Amino acid sequence: MALAVAASARAEDPPESSAHHLPPAPPQHMMEDMPYAEMAAVMQMDDTRRFGMMLVDRFEWRDSNAGAAGVWDVRAWYGDDYNRLQLKSEGQRAGGTTRDAWTELLWDRVVARWWSAQLGVRQDFGEGPARTWLALGVEGLAPYWLDAEATLYVGDQGRTAARLRAEYDLLLTQRLIVQPHAELNLYGQADPRRQIGAGLSDLDLSLRLRYELRRELAPYVGVVWSRLFSGTADQVRAAGGSSSDVQLVAGLRIWF
Amino acid sequence: MDRSRFRPASPLAQRGMSRRCFVQGLSAGVLVAPGVRALGWAAADAPPAPGDRGVLTGTDLNLEIGALAVNFTGRQRSATAVNGQVPGPLLRWREGDTITLRVVNRLPTPTSIHWHGVIVPADMDGVPGLSFHGIAPGEAFVYRFQVNQSGTYWYHSHSRFQEQTGLYGPIVIEPRAGERQHADREHVVLLSDWTDVDPERIYRTLKLQSGYFNFGRRTISDFVGDVRRQGWPPTVAERHMWGRMRMDPTDLADVSGYTYTYLMNGVPPAGNWTGLFRPGETLRLRFINGSSMSYFDVRIPGLKLLVVAADGQNVEPVSVDELRIGAGEVYDVIVAPNDDRAYTIFAQSLDRSGYARGTLAPQSGMHALVPPMDRRPLLTMTDMGMTQGSGHDMSGMAAMDHGSMQSAARLDDPGVGLRDNGRRVLTYADLHTSGGPIDPRPPGRDLQLHLTGHMERFMWSFDDRKYSAAEPLKFNYGERLRIVLVNDSMMNHPIHLHGMWGEVEGSDGRFLLRKHTINVQPGQRLSYLVTADALGHWAYHCHLLYHMEAGMFREVHVERSSAKGT
Repeated sequence: MALAVAASARAEDPPESSAHHLPPAPPQHMMEDMPYAEMAAVMQMDDTRRFGMMLVDRFEWRDSNAGAAGVWDVRAWYGDDYNRLQLKSEGQRAGGTTRDAWTELLWDRVVARWWSAQLGVRQDFGEGPARTWLALGVEGLAPYWLDAEATLYVGDQGRTAARLRAEYDLLLTQRLIVQPHAELNLYGQADPRRQIGAGLSDLDLSLRLRYELRRELAPYVGVVWSRLFSGTADQVRAAGGSSSDVQLVAGLRIWF
Repeated sequence: MDRSRFRPASPLAQRGMSRRCFVQGLSAGVLVAPGVRALGWAAADAPPAPGDRGVLTGTDLNLEIGALAVNFTGRQRSATAVNGQVPGPLLRWREGDTITLRVVNRLPTPTSIHWHGVIVPADMDGVPGLSFHGIAPGEAFVYRFQVNQSGTYWYHSHSRFQEQTGLYGPIVIEPRAGERQHADREHVVLLSDWTDVDPERIYRTLKLQSGYFNFGRRTISDFVGDVRRQGWPPTVAERHMWGRMRMDPTDLADVSGYTYTYLMNGVPPAGNWTGLFRPGETLRLRFINGSSMSYFDVRIPGLKLLVVAADGQNVEPVSVDELRIGAGEVYDVIVAPNDDRAYTIFAQSLDRSGYARGTLAPQSGMHALVPPMDRRPLLTMTDMGMTQGSGHDMSGMAAMDHGSMQSAARLDDPGVGLRDNGRRVLTYADLHTSGGPIDPRPPGRDLQLHLTGHMERFMWSFDDRKYSAAEPLKFNYGERLRIVLVNDSMMNHPIHLHGMWGEVEGSDGRFLLRKHTINVQPGQRLSYLVTADALGHWAYHCHLLYHMEAGMFREVHVERSSAKGT
């Protein structure tokens, strides 16, 4: 068939296709239907693929009244476009011990174009007895590019808590970025063994200036204003600390 | 923003491989396996000879796909090459011939070749999963099909990201009766984007930080400058509009010159690919955009471009100064360089983060001035599908499907960055395919698809459903239908349907232009007619490689309506 076609084409008649469009012959082999997973493997194309990321948002040294302290703020996630396992951890170390730290493990699920709901557990450690909480929250991108996060916690013995976080990137240049950041913690009842009072507990407002050597590696300097409130402030003052503090910070922001 | 860092060095002043400026590449050309020609396909001033390593003619062709050591930027890398060269050899076919291509896979991974724009039976189309199972490592696949068209086309891998690592090449199908538009000499100009970074890493990077490659975002000094220029109220209102929608008007290209070196026929800008001519000759330049993620704005300072074919199909000739070519698109252009001097072929990327560059000259070794790149453009309300004072609700990403759609076709819009630049720029409205539509019937139905995406998570889709979450589109064999694409996103997308032509309708509803790869601008609504005369399973997707991977893909099943029980 192919030879006959080729022979007639070599004769000097113009090919039929120069006069009008010729549709293609039907395929000799029709591809079978496959379940998506198999299709993705054959095509080597998969939009459900999972990725993971580790962001060390803050790895910093703080100059404080009680001496130097090291602070970390780490986010990690693993999953696909709609469902992810998320790890969050923040904490402070000074004088060789972990002062105040928490870690959360959450299931993050997209619920709206810009928001995901999160459900999981939080563990507080450092000074005082460890606390475990159930965590329920939302995280996403608010209008005007504000990264926002709000989480409610329920612990044992009727403990409740809430945390609000927001941050924003302001570009001075393509690589020099100013990031204001705010974090507020509230507690339903006092927890004296962890030096926490009921109600508004602590507020951190900070401004960091980072320079992106690469997107993944950015040293920064900044200033943090910390304020403790009511019950928390009283307890910290009773222990010899102060209820408000301004600290200079320097650190690295890394992701991979 | 300091735009000067995106200005290219003059060819005579070699700049170092600064990370701040896109890499201009090596002047010495590509380091490839010994004995293989690196620069272009044709011999200097003669039409290509059949024995020429870079050109394959005849009806029985052998292609071997394998890894190739290359060096475009000063760093040695491994490319995916056909017959030991990037781009692959020029395939010259004759209309009416039956071509047999034996493709051998010497890679450790499966591969495939898709003949872009060539109408072939579905099992010869080269898409793993839809046409065949791909070509396993060490195996060979024999493609055989009759060529029933003429013009300029191209081929590329449809496996994973091999298109990004060099598996692409040109196809020229000679019409039996000779070219309708004669030229004394021709050159293929295949534009592509090369990165030294593993494309798997590029894709992962886009998923983790989608704006990673965008070094043109607006800064505080842009804000201050805007306030100085136009005052507080318009500046704040404009920032408010974009901010509420969480959209970025600088979002022009997902992958930029930050990692790409742009190649012309496989040669980086500093390598100065040169196409020769004799003064007074007419030249046919077959422009192919074989890139993975890039749009090029092409012009030749000093020469008018007479566009004579689009996607391999003859059009009524139209003379322009500049044209935008999206990934997958093809334009044949005739130029008449009369002076005994060099001319620069300048192809700047849409986001002005770099350019591909070559020279037309009477002898090799010549070069002409390379113009500076244009200012980096910003998306505007036009690109959001809105006209001034339209009163549209700007609070969400809902489809811009309000009221009058006449203006939203915008076929006469040259696109972001090319409006009112003092040059005549080609638009789809200028292109009229010769000979009328291939099928005179009106469409029996409409199929509307929205081009959608979520930039932050780097998800791309049709109708907000990724490929994995979507059913195949079913076309009845023989039907004629209208496809309406509404671009709800802020990026240009070159949409490519395998196996069938798309016949774009003009704003008057009449046949305008036949294409296989149709670019839809941000905010644009574009309709085209398709005759489903090709049985089988076909790919239908955005031709930006990482968009396709991220979900902007559909299967089209063309079936006899009585065959399926559904």
